[in-house]
Amino acid sequence: MNYLNILVVDDELGMRLGIARSLRDYKIPLPEVETEVAFNVDLAETGEHALEKINANPPDILLLDHKLPGISGLDVLDHLHEPKDRMLTIMITAYASLETAVAAIKNGAYDFLAKPFTPGELKAVIKKAAQGIILAQQARKLAQEKRQVRFQFISVLAHELKAPLAALEGYLDIVQKRSAGDDPAVYNHILDRCSIRLTGMRKMIMDLLDLTHIESGQKQRELSQIDLRDVAQTALETVAPAAQQRHITVNLHADQPVNLLADRGEIEIILNNLLSNAVKYNRDNGSVDLSLTNDQQHVRITVADTGIGMTDEQAARLFNDFVRIKTPQTRNILGSGLGLAIVKKIAYLYQGDVAVTSSPDKGSTFTVTLAKSEKS
Amino acid sequence: MTQQQKTILIVDDDIDLLEQIKLQLLPLGYNVLTAESQAQAEQLLDNHHPDLALVDLMMEHTDGGFALCHHIKKKFPNTPVIIVTAVASETGLDFDAATDEERSWVKADALLAKPVRFEQLKKHVEQFLAENHA
Repeated sequence: MNYLNILVVDDELGMRLGIARSLRDYKIPLPEVETEVAFNVDLAETGEHALEKINANPPDILLLDHKLPGISGLDVLDHLHEPKDRMLTIMITAYASLETAVAAIKNGAYDFLAKPFTPGELKAVIKKAAQGIILAQQARKLAQEKRQVRFQFISVLAHELKAPLAALEGYLDIVQKRSAGDDPAVYNHILDRCSIRLTGMRKMIMDLLDLTHIESGQKQRELSQIDLRDVAQTALETVAPAAQQRHITVNLHADQPVNLLADRGEIEIILNNLLSNAVKYNRDNGSVDLSLTNDQQHVRITVADTGIGMTDEQAARLFNDFVRIKTPQTRNILGSGLGLAIVKKIAYLYQGDVAVTSSPDKGSTFTVTLAKSEKS
Repeated sequence: MTQQQKTILIVDDDIDLLEQIKLQLLPLGYNVLTAESQAQAEQLLDNHHPDLALVDLMMEHTDGGFALCHHIKKKFPNTPVIIVTAVASETGLDFDAATDEERSWVKADALLAKPVRFEQLKKHVEQFLAENHA
């Protein structure tokens, strides 16, 4: 429930009380933003009194009579110390006078209401204003969240790029000074570590490029009829070395052809990301099960692992740009924090989505659903 | 090394930093034990008596390093503990282990800020081990 504050300015007591009564129990459902609006009504008798109240605590909606005993309603709009851009003013004009209404709108009023009006007319005007306010609030909130996400993206990116650089600098320093002794094997080991960190950094930059291409919509898509089982074979081969190293078995379950009109590269990115995660975040000797199924409308890719899993709270954040779940178990796992964000964005291109169910220390199951287009 | 080989315990969750310190201490004739977590370090302490410990503060739980220093000091009061940390640059927290008052709650003998130069680290290590021997 959202509450909006309304200040009613009118010199007639009957009018003030009538408006207050009409709005007291008035609730406006706003299903599109999943909320409901109700009102707190405050009253003022003169323009001077109204200005005091507005300057102390601006209401969301100002319901302002033009004809007042002291300064007029238009004067009130003039006298506001600063434009109250978050406050919507609805001018009440006594004789349905068009000039006053026009002047009021020029002075920043949002709407006007002609006296005499019925409670129904009052509610209609208030409803329009309330919807405007709530939608503007939502838009501001979204913009703010977007800025926040960008900011987080850049600061995490900087941190993630700094870490491998620091490691490389440290190793280079050792090699330069030969400070690790005379055994060549030690220096070979150092080169191996440098190469691992460089690979990680390169992967992150490639992910970053994938992500920006998908986000900007500039990536050239090449759609063709493909059987996901073929793409899956390639992805299984890609992940095989990492899996074998830790004795993780990777199984493909797909009895039927799973055809989709799709860009092969995009499907590869989805499968590679899901499978490499399922191996990276698995336990030694664990298993990964990739299932491909389809019905008339959808193709479903399911990847289940026997790994470290995660809590619901962690799962909720998982698909956002650049989120990595930081626990002692994940600290030494190299990752860009972009893989699942990319999977989600590609799924959107196919009117699809990605979801996860997980329990800590048992494993996670990721399901990607892609819509078959009409043509296929 | 003329006398008995000294054992140094290094605890850090950054495996590359761990590796780099270890690779440079080995040729100086030290015996080096490494741990990537507080838990691993505690396990090592069951069977080993390090002559000196280098501990990163920010591990697993943020106070993991503090707790570990405390345990090392309790078990081996004569083992010098050097904290190596990025806590100042990452959190803005400012503290040191330079005075007795500070050492009363930070259970360490010295505190080095990351990124730490190996020469600086080496100087501290040699100094503490020499003092302890004297």
